[in-house]
Amino acid sequence: MGKLLAVVLVIIALASAYPIVTNMFELPKDISTHGHAIDEQIKDTMLEAGISFVGAQLVLAFLVWSFAGRKEGSALKNFPGGAKIMVIGAFVLVGTEILALGVMGQKAWANVYFTSPAPGALQVQAQAEQFAFYFRYAGPDGQFGTIHPDKIDEGNQNYFGLDPANDVAARDDIVSGELVVPVNREVQLLMHAKDVGHSFYVRELRIQQDFVPGLDLSLHFTATQIGKYEIVCTQLCGLGHYNMKAYLNVMSQEDYDKWQKEQSTQ
Amino acid sequence: MAESSVEKAHVHAPPEGFIRKYVFSLNHKVIGKQYYGLALAAVFTGMFLSWLMRIHLVWPMLKIPGLELLTKAGAPGGIITPEYYLSLMTMHGTLMVFFVLTNAPFAAFGNYFLPIQIGAEDMAFPRFNMMSFWTTFVAWLVLMLAFFIPDGPPISGWTSYAPLSAVGRDAGPGMEYGMSLWGISIALFCIGSLLGALNFIATTLDLRAKGMTLMRMPLSTWAWFITSCIALLAFAVLLPACILLILDRHAGTSFFIPAGLVVSDRVQPHAGGSPLLWQHLFWFFGHPEVYIAILPSMGIISHVLVNSLRKPLLSHRVVIYSMMSIGFLSYMVWGHHMFLSGMNPTSALAFSFPTLTITIPATVLTLIWLGSLYGARIQINSASLFSLGFISMFVAGGVSGFFLAQPSIDIYLHATYFVVGHFHMVMGVASLFGVFAGTYFWFPKMTGRMMDETLGKLHFWITFVGTYCIFMPFHYLGLVGNVRRYQSFVDDFMAPYMGWHKFITICALITGAGQLIFLYNLIYSRFRGKPAPENPWNATSLEWTIPSPPPWNNFGGKHPVVYHDPYQYGVKGSKGDFVMQDSPEQVIASGD
Repeated sequence: MGKLLAVVLVIIALASAYPIVTNMFELPKDISTHGHAIDEQIKDTMLEAGISFVGAQLVLAFLVWSFAGRKEGSALKNFPGGAKIMVIGAFVLVGTEILALGVMGQKAWANVYFTSPAPGALQVQAQAEQFAFYFRYAGPDGQFGTIHPDKIDEGNQNYFGLDPANDVAARDDIVSGELVVPVNREVQLLMHAKDVGHSFYVRELRIQQDFVPGLDLSLHFTATQIGKYEIVCTQLCGLGHYNMKAYLNVMSQEDYDKWQKEQSTQ
Repeated sequence: MAESSVEKAHVHAPPEGFIRKYVFSLNHKVIGKQYYGLALAAVFTGMFLSWLMRIHLVWPMLKIPGLELLTKAGAPGGIITPEYYLSLMTMHGTLMVFFVLTNAPFAAFGNYFLPIQIGAEDMAFPRFNMMSFWTTFVAWLVLMLAFFIPDGPPISGWTSYAPLSAVGRDAGPGMEYGMSLWGISIALFCIGSLLGALNFIATTLDLRAKGMTLMRMPLSTWAWFITSCIALLAFAVLLPACILLILDRHAGTSFFIPAGLVVSDRVQPHAGGSPLLWQHLFWFFGHPEVYIAILPSMGIISHVLVNSLRKPLLSHRVVIYSMMSIGFLSYMVWGHHMFLSGMNPTSALAFSFPTLTITIPATVLTLIWLGSLYGARIQINSASLFSLGFISMFVAGGVSGFFLAQPSIDIYLHATYFVVGHFHMVMGVASLFGVFAGTYFWFPKMTGRMMDETLGKLHFWITFVGTYCIFMPFHYLGLVGNVRRYQSFVDDFMAPYMGWHKFITICALITGAGQLIFLYNLIYSRFRGKPAPENPWNATSLEWTIPSPPPWNNFGGKHPVVYHDPYQYGVKGSKGDFVMQDSPEQVIASGD
């Protein structure tokens, strides 16, 4: 039965590696400026983790094949080098791996989180609520109206609780259920949660960030390809969590300007 | 030292009457079995819930006969509603993490074997011990009650993130009374675990037999000891967190709820709290909890493996130090669950580094196990198969941790099935493999009967191959961005992958059914199994020096004396290729 275990281990190692080696599960195309570094990091880690996984399973298979079910009286041997070599090996091999991945990964992380948005970045406020996303543009005056939680009225489509009667800045705010952005222009997303925790995840943008009630967070990205992409919520937010999604619509600058104009006149 | 502590040992009279013997028993062995039974009930419930979830994901309109009787609101006409999926998921996670993965490898086996392995008559505080089990039992009852109230179980997942978990009825069905029951249940569970952990620590430090130095303790005992130190600190944080959550829900406080929230069109009457506070408290417990689940299994499989190798591990000390480092590091990494939570991005790097560092002691352990296989005479039986399977599974679940420990990759993989695959393999399946190995190994001692080996091996093959078929594809789906905690994949990009989800569901049904073989074997062997001798595996530690099953006071009133390290295998002993820990004979190397 030891030999059978060895064979099964080899099959498992190869079968698990097969879909990865043949790219059966490719990451969706990357439409961001920062995503390339993340993809590279995933690739490097996949290589190291893959080799560790397949290697360890094959070694386990080999040892079980060689040493299982040996007869009583057959000589016991000790691994040459003993525990010391194992400890040193683990420290050196894994230590270098950690340092390499850690240092490289830090860059990819820094690209997203340690840079500030360019001064001319397009500011969009994103509000997450059970179970929808709403996006608000400041309009021609460049200023967002103030949010009044008590004025939030879904029935009248006042999702943000704006008070245009008394608040001048709120009058020209554009509110949309779709995140429309111009291609190749940096966007700064000001994130606000209305009720409970949510998350903003666009696979193609390689962006994921929680909405935290009581905490206004900011995120910035540049989309490089025109198209429509799904925005999904990845923080369990209640009943309709699975249904909470919106679209990121990346347009050419002309189309974007046209869209803005249409929205303002409505 | 050890000599005098034997006299200090708590000695109690033999129990009399059914209730004292089997229900409110002070005896660590009965309590261990009670924990095992509770874990068994919880694991089959949890598994059944996962079946329902898997079925709902791929055949949402399937009528499940009889389900309506269990829950009218959750499955009208036997069809699971989308919202009930979240209830199933929350209860599955809570049952498995708390009542299975904490109870089975740690509380059940630890209670039964820790005192015996160190040569003690019972735990240091038998009354605390009884209290810890019955508190845990009540915790389980309170949790299960959530299934039977009209409101239904909570829907906020086993992590119960605030403010969803804190605002009450407005958050959705199950979030009124169901969520309160969850909070009370987990608070009770914490109390039970704290009492248990204190007891394990005191017992290990105080009640060791003469000659049983710390370094002579078997690796399973070491693992339980280290785990109790972790549990003492971890549950001591979760307990207040649960109390604060209950206060937020029922006493109008605002620990976790900030101002200005509008939930279900109602401005919440709270101000000043922070949702991140809950996450910090929860994960300060939650990450060490992963090690509370896996460390005992590491100890158990080391203990079983070394017996089937017929020679000692490469190093006893290195295994102990590795487990200690893992325990220590487990406290410095909780933030890796919160990379994208909005906490300061610089801290992500501070949490990432120790997380990656845990790989080092984990790799040392793996290499020690692998290196010890070299040149051994591996005896293949159900127990050793599960131990070898543990190594395979631990590696498989471990390497995916490499991805998630890096914040930059976590941006993409966080909250996808990649994470689900990762923790199921390493914390769920690997840890359960330790429980299975321990069960096949110790069952003869616990019941006086052998388990059926043929059924045991069949159980191993189904479980081993089955779990790979279930959880490997989880990783692949995560890579394409399949998000978790969705009761239905309405996103267009998921459509091409539904075939994989069907495959996973079918594998889950088969693998789950395979567990019934284990259950049958357990019950059948308990009554009809071959009578077990005192030492069926030619093992060396103290539990094998006493009759199977052991008398109520373990060593029959005698005080064992220990002369050797725990694993004297591959030597020339009077009984064969091993020397028992309590045998005064000299250990002579076997010379081959």
